[in-house]
Amino acid sequence: MSVTLIGAAVVVFFVIRVVPGNPIAMMLPPGATEEDIARLTAHYGLDKTIFEQFWIWLAGVFHGDFGTSISLRQPVMPLVLGRLPATLELAIFALVIAVVIGGAMALTGVRHRETRTETAIDVANGVGLSIPDFLWALILIVLFGVLMPVFHISGRISPSLDLPFVTQFYVFESIARLRFDLWWDLLKHMFMPALALAIPLAAIISQLLKQSLKETMHLDYVTLSRTKGYSENHVILSEALPNAVLPTLTLIGVQFTFLIGGTVIIERLFSYEGLGNMAIDAVINRDLPLIQGIVIVFALLFTIINLVVDMTYALLNPRLRHA
Amino acid sequence: MSAFLTVNNLSAALHGFDQRVLRSVSFSIDTGEVLGLVGESGAGKSMIGKAILGILPSAISIIEGEILLDGQDLQKMKPADRRRFIGATAALIPQDPLTALNPSRRIEPQITNRLVDILGWSKANARVRALELLNEVHIDNPERVMGSYPHELSGGMRQRVLIASAFAANPKLVIADEPTTALDVTVQKQILRLIRELQERHSTAMVFVTHDLGVVSKVCQRLSVLYGGKIVENSSVPDFFAGPKHAYSRALLAATPKYTDPDASLLPVDEAVIEAVAAEVLASDKEWRHGG
Amino acid sequence: MLDGRGSIKRRLGARLWLSGTWLGIMALLALFAPLISPHDPLAQDLFAGRLPPFWASGSDPAYLLGTDSLGRDVLSRLIHGARIAFSVALIAGLATAIVGSMLGLLAGYLRGWVDVVISRLVDIWMAFPPVLFAILLIAVLGTGLTSIIIAIIVIDWTRFCRVVRAEAMNQSAMDYVSSAIVAGRPRRDILWREILPNVLPTIVALSTLEMGIAVIVEAILSFVNLSISTDAPTWGGMIAEGRTSIYQAWWVLAFPLGVLFLTVLSFSQFGEGLKDRFDPVLR
Ligand SMILES: Nc1ncnc2c1ncn2[C@@H]1O[C@H](COP(=O)(O)OP(=O)(O)OP(=O)(O)O)[C@@H](O)[C@H]1O
Ligand SMILES: [Mg+2]
Repeated sequence: MSVTLIGAAVVVFFVIRVVPGNPIAMMLPPGATEEDIARLTAHYGLDKTIFEQFWIWLAGVFHGDFGTSISLRQPVMPLVLGRLPATLELAIFALVIAVVIGGAMALTGVRHRETRTETAIDVANGVGLSIPDFLWALILIVLFGVLMPVFHISGRISPSLDLPFVTQFYVFESIARLRFDLWWDLLKHMFMPALALAIPLAAIISQLLKQSLKETMHLDYVTLSRTKGYSENHVILSEALPNAVLPTLTLIGVQFTFLIGGTVIIERLFSYEGLGNMAIDAVINRDLPLIQGIVIVFALLFTIINLVVDMTYALLNPRLRHA
Repeated sequence: MSAFLTVNNLSAALHGFDQRVLRSVSFSIDTGEVLGLVGESGAGKSMIGKAILGILPSAISIIEGEILLDGQDLQKMKPADRRRFIGATAALIPQDPLTALNPSRRIEPQITNRLVDILGWSKANARVRALELLNEVHIDNPERVMGSYPHELSGGMRQRVLIASAFAANPKLVIADEPTTALDVTVQKQILRLIRELQERHSTAMVFVTHDLGVVSKVCQRLSVLYGGKIVENSSVPDFFAGPKHAYSRALLAATPKYTDPDASLLPVDEAVIEAVAAEVLASDKEWRHGG
Repeated sequence: MLDGRGSIKRRLGARLWLSGTWLGIMALLALFAPLISPHDPLAQDLFAGRLPPFWASGSDPAYLLGTDSLGRDVLSRLIHGARIAFSVALIAGLATAIVGSMLGLLAGYLRGWVDVVISRLVDIWMAFPPVLFAILLIAVLGTGLTSIIIAIIVIDWTRFCRVVRAEAMNQSAMDYVSSAIVAGRPRRDILWREILPNVLPTIVALSTLEMGIAVIVEAILSFVNLSISTDAPTWGGMIAEGRTSIYQAWWVLAFPLGVLFLTVLSFSQFGEGLKDRFDPVLR
């Protein structure tokens, strides 16, 4: 896993240094002299060879120093960590929506299996799966931002509000401070982007969970519990679901990393001030240290998620638990 | 006194086909009596049990006939009432103990859940009852077994657990669907003895599905021979072994291994007999169509 | 059982037909764009800016689907946009399929260090958010059609590689491969003549999926202004332009969005339909 991380770091480091165009020249005002540019280039270490730059950067990383952003002229780590909570909150909210919608659709489909309801759910799953978050976002913008403007389609929170927050985890902090007005405003901003991210994942969850539920419903122990006098709902929820949920859970882990990857463009679309939005600006400004920092944080995040999924899987599977 | 379970002229069919899976099946069982259901694979033995317990596959449904359980006509009850009534009155001992226990749940709730959720017992009482049952099925370490997961138990142990679970609510009818076929031979005998023991102690009415006529002679008082979803012979066990009436039954009996003479045992069922019984079943179909 | 399978088959058939028809129409529009489109997609008419589509009041019958803020004909831009979208879809989709499948086949069939290296590369690739990766690559390669296609190949080969590798491993374990080995057939021969034909249906299905993805990637890059050139008639560019005037002229966004939606949906449904058609269990 750490090999993956280091590999990602190496790839991004060398790829972005092939970028044509001098980032320093872009950052300085038009009147800057050649001398100014040379001085600043040396200041950011960009005059050294690419391998020297890599070692300097790597040494810094091991001391927790990811360098200084060229365009924002601040240390990279605080910048990245300042934006990360916004992206995490968005991704988690999207995950919750996806699990709720996908789970409800799967359960409804199994409850009414082999009827028109199930066919309708299959069709919805097919469409949800085929269309990526980017298009869902645009569709939602047209439908609920313009034709029926009920949700905000820009930003993270209304700019007119006074923010008492000390952390960047606005949603969590607003709950902790019992400021439900702020909390509600945050949700109204987050709902559209989160829903766009959630739809494809909801479809995947719905499809896989429904399929494994249907397979489980044929198993002997489920049939046996029917003879005991339980209702269909009870059989599905308390006999079939706990056993059918494991493959879906593993899948959610992988898909959650894809979802986080999707925040990059979704944040851009909704002008949401998260890590992804910052990443696109960083690329456009050729801000090499910032790009590196962001990519490493994303890779680290994916690694952690995979770890958590493996652990949850072990926890929920009695076979592994007692092995 | 009328029988505890009466199945009357019961037919079931696959949706969209007019082929019947069960063909006008009738039989009855008194309290404390064991009826053997024999027939080759695919004859519909399990289907009869499933029809009684209300767990037919979704593609198959009952198209005529009645099932009277303890005086109640099951077809006339509301589905929710029927479910609870069957849960309280009858129980199933399944064929394959390896798949009939929920892998993600400990043993205790799998024995007690019917008592607690359907019959409204307290958890503590249900637990006492579960321990008592595990003793009854000769499990040495009931406390430990109750806290185990199914995969931690052997096949024989699991079948004992399932038997305990089946007898938990003192059912008046037990349907045992080939309860020993998935077990190895040494365990088979113990389990058979155990089922018999519990059945006698609780004087339960029982439907015992099996391929093995040898088992029927030990466990059952009466038997029904099934072919193609139709009962070709209803008879008492002594009468049957003295001389079956139907040609198919005779062929079946001749093909059954006799422990005393292993060489003579592997007679195949005569082609001609099979053809005759198949023709008989089809003829009854024609008659049924004209009648209905 | 039987009738259930029949209805599934019918549903699959309808899906294949519907998506195939839409893709066919789009392909024809793309092919004959200069002949079909009523206006020059680049021609601006500042006096005819933001005209609504034909059914709304104030529309001009010359501009069926209205005009954007610079007075360019939305319909003509859509038709020419199909050209770019389908070029990217076909070239990038197929090239990605070839590169990814090749690596997947080699990893799955040869195993050993080849597999270790390729699988490790896939893991590393998966650690990048793909959109960020794409933007990064375009920043390196510069804008333009070729850059977009290269970026799609570089990012998405892993999608094929993962699936084909697993599939090739499955096939290699089968009896027909062992008997070919026993018969002394060379390894290369086994790979091309025994394993590849069995993996091909999966590759075909994935390829059409990839074509849909390629269209989206192009749209996303146009959206962040990194695609071909700012006024080239791409669907993504039209969407980006429409996004800015969404409250004044919703049609500038809605039409390309609808076309993009149907095209991406059709590519994926066509792929799924093909896969089921090839699936021996359902055939
Ligand atoms: N889910 C189902 N859908 C359609 N037909 C079924 C289904 N289950 C069973 N059948 C058919 O019903 C008939 C009776 O099956 P059943 O399971 O009762 O046989 P059985 O006598 O119990 O055989 P075995 O000794 O193998 O258990 C068989 O012909 C079988 O093909
Ligand atoms: Mg059976």
